[in-house]
Amino acid sequence: MAKQHDTPNLDQLESGPWPSFVTGLKRLAERSDMIGDVLGQLEYSYQTRKGYWKGGTVSVRGYGGGIIPRFSEVTEKFPDAAEFHTLRVMPAPGMHYNTNILRKLCDVWDRNGSGLLALHGQSGDMMFQGARSDQVQQAFDEINELGFDLGGAGPSVRTSMSCVGAARCEHSCYSEAVAHRKVMNSFVDDLHRPALPYKFKFKFSGCPNDCMNSIQRADMAVIGTWRDDIQVKQEEVGEFIKAKGRQYVIDNVVARCPTSCISLRDDDTLDIDNRNCVRCMHCINVMTKALSPGNDRGVTILVGGKRTLKIGDLFGSVIVPFKKLETEEDYDSLVELAGTIIDFWGENGLEHERCGEMIDRIGLANFLEAIGLEVDPSMVVHPRTSSYVRTDRWEEEAEKWRMRHAESTG
Amino acid sequence: MSQQQLRQAVESGVPDAFQYMHPLMASNYGQWDWHDRPRPGVLHHVAKNGDQIWTVRAGTQRQMDTDTIRKLCAIADEFAEGHVRFTIRSNIEFMVSSAEKVDPLIGKLNQEGFPVGGTGNSMSMIAHTQGFLHCDIPATDASGVVKSLMDELYDEFVNERMPNRVRISTSCCQINCGGQADIAINVQHTKPPKINHDLVANVCERPSVVARCPVAAIRPALVNGKPSLEVDERKCVCCGACYPPCPPMQINDPEHSKLAIWIGGKNSNARSKPTFQKLVAAGLPNNPPRWPEVAALVKKILRCYQEDARDWERVGEWVERIGWARFFELTDLPFTRFHVETWRGARNSLNASSHIRF
Repeated sequence: MAKQHDTPNLDQLESGPWPSFVTGLKRLAERSDMIGDVLGQLEYSYQTRKGYWKGGTVSVRGYGGGIIPRFSEVTEKFPDAAEFHTLRVMPAPGMHYNTNILRKLCDVWDRNGSGLLALHGQSGDMMFQGARSDQVQQAFDEINELGFDLGGAGPSVRTSMSCVGAARCEHSCYSEAVAHRKVMNSFVDDLHRPALPYKFKFKFSGCPNDCMNSIQRADMAVIGTWRDDIQVKQEEVGEFIKAKGRQYVIDNVVARCPTSCISLRDDDTLDIDNRNCVRCMHCINVMTKALSPGNDRGVTILVGGKRTLKIGDLFGSVIVPFKKLETEEDYDSLVELAGTIIDFWGENGLEHERCGEMIDRIGLANFLEAIGLEVDPSMVVHPRTSSYVRTDRWEEEAEKWRMRHAESTG
Repeated sequence: MSQQQLRQAVESGVPDAFQYMHPLMASNYGQWDWHDRPRPGVLHHVAKNGDQIWTVRAGTQRQMDTDTIRKLCAIADEFAEGHVRFTIRSNIEFMVSSAEKVDPLIGKLNQEGFPVGGTGNSMSMIAHTQGFLHCDIPATDASGVVKSLMDELYDEFVNERMPNRVRISTSCCQINCGGQADIAINVQHTKPPKINHDLVANVCERPSVVARCPVAAIRPALVNGKPSLEVDERKCVCCGACYPPCPPMQINDPEHSKLAIWIGGKNSNARSKPTFQKLVAAGLPNNPPRWPEVAALVKKILRCYQEDARDWERVGEWVERIGWARFFELTDLPFTRFHVETWRGARNSLNASSHIRF
C-alpha cells in the first residue's frame, strides 16, 4: 500500500536532535497514499524551490469559512495529493487538553483525514491537515460532536488566543479563559460566515508581558493590568538580596525601571513610587516571590494591531486605559464594545482594510467619536506637534473634558 | 441513496477550558502566588493556599502525526497526570503535582526524543508558518527551516544562558505570518511578479488586485488584445501582495526570492515599550534542505548578543543601548542604502541629533 517517492532533501531533515516532522510524515505515508504524494510534492518543492498548492472553495454545510482548501498543481506527478485541505479547529482557551480528548481527536482524524495535525497554527487553531473534499464534512461532524467548532478564515472574526493566565500564572490580572470564550462565542456568526472587510483578531493576555503578542497581532488586544500599588513582600525582598546580592537588585531591578520609580532603601527594602509606575512588569518578572501586581485588577484595551499588508506593521494603541472585568455586566460591556467596533469597521472599512488601517485613515479621534469613547491622554505618546489643525470648537471640546472630570471627581 | 437527515452543525464556538485543565490549575484558578524555575524547562508554581504544581515544557515538531500525539498522551498518562497544554510556540507542557515526578518525566521525554527547555532566558521554539507543506503562496518552506535551525540551536533551547529570552520567527512570504520577533527570518522577493497575461482576465478580479498594491504600481492594461494588468517596475517594491488575489502574477522565484534577517522585535511591555523588528541583512539564498547561510548568520547574531548584552536586555534593547553602528561592527554585516527607511514615517527613524558613538 505504502506510496514511496525518493526524498533525498527531506531525508536530511530526519537527522539532528530536534524532533523531525519528516519522520512523522513518513510514518503516515505507510498508511496514507495522500501523505505519500504530499511528501513527494514537498520534496519536489525543495528541489525546484517553488510551492505547488492553490486555493479554492471548500466548506461545510451552513458555514462559509474555517476550511483552508488546497489543490495540488502537480497532480500528474502526485495524484493522491490532489486535495489536501486543512480544517481549522478552535481549541479551549489556554490550549488545555486531557489525554482522553486528544486521543479522540486523533481517532477522528485517522478515520477521516491524513493523520497529520499541527498543534497549533499561528492563528491559534488546531490544524487538521489533509482531508479530501469528500472527507471534510464527516471530519467536521465528528470533531463537532466532541464539542469543538471550526475557526475563522477569510474576511471574518478569526480564532482567538489567550495565555495560560489565571490557570497557572500569578501575574494574571483577569480571567482570560472566561473573557476569551465570552467574546468569541458572541461572534460565532461573524466567525463562520466571512462578510467583513478583512480579518478581525482578538487576543487576550493576562498581564503586560503580553505572552500572546496581542499588541502586534490583534485588531483588539485585551491586556491585564492593575490600578493600585504593586504588592511588596519586604521580607522576600530581603531574601532575594541575600541570594542574589545588592548590586544585582540595583542593576537589574532599580536601574531597569523605565520610569525610575523604584529605589532600594538602606535597610534592603524596596520603595516604589506607584503613581509613576507604568505597569511594565519588569521588576515583578525579576522578583517573582517578592513582588506581585496590585489587587485592583482589570484590563487595558488596544485596537488596530496587524502585520505588514498593506500600509505596514501597526501596533494596537490604547482606546480603553482601564476597565474592570469581574461581573457579568463587565463582560457584557466588553462584548458590546467589540460589537460596536466591528459594526463600525464593517460599515466603513474598505475592502481588505484592517481595523487599524481604517483608524489610520480616518484618525483616532474620529474613530473614538464613532464608537462612543472619549479621548484620553493615556491614548497618546504626546499631543500633536503640527499646528495645521482647525481648532474653532476648542471651548466646546474643553468643556466636555471639564464635565467628565467634574463627574469623575464629583 | 436514501433521504438522510443532514446533520446540523452545533455552533458551539470556543469550548470551555475548565473541563480540560489539570485539576490543580482549575482548583487554584486565579489563586497563584509566585513561581520559580528549578531548572531549564521546568516551572514551579505555588498557590496562596500552599498547593504546588510543576510544569515540564518540551519542544515538538508542531506538524505531528497522530502516532506522535498518542506517544505524548502515553507519556502524559504514565509519567504525568493525564493533562497537557500547548504554548503559543508549539511547546507541550506536562503538569504534575509533586517534585518527584519531574525527573522521571524529563527522562522519558528525552528518551523519546523530545527536548526539555524553552523556559526563561532560553531560545524557545521558532514560531513558523506553513511553507511548501500547505501554503498557496510560499517562496520557501517553514517546517524545514525551523527543524534545521532548531537542530543548530538545540543547546540554546535546553539551556537558559541568554541575557533574556530569545524569540525567533520565520515567514515564507512577505505577508510575514510568522510575526514580530527578536530575530525574524523572512522571505524578501527581489524581482517584480512575472505575469501570465493569458490567465489574468479569467482568474483575477482586477480592480481588487490594483487596490491591493501598497505603492500603486499596478494598472489595468490590454495585453495581446486581452484585458490584463501591468506593473510599473520602477515603482514595484516586489512585496508579492498582488500574488494571493491574482496567482498569474507569480512573485516566487527559485533564485530571486531571497531571505532577510530582521532583529529587535519585542511584544512584551517589560522595561521598554513593544518594538518592531528592523532589517539587518538581506539577499541570503533560499537554500533547502538546511538553509546553512541563514543558520550561520542567526548563530552569529545570537553569539554577539550573548557576549555583549547585559542581563534582562532583549536583542532590541541591547542594540538600543550600544547603537546600530556598533551592532553592524560587532556582527560584521554591511550597512547599505536599503537599511534606511523609505516607508511612511521614515523620517522618524533618522538620527535627528548629534548623538553619535565613536
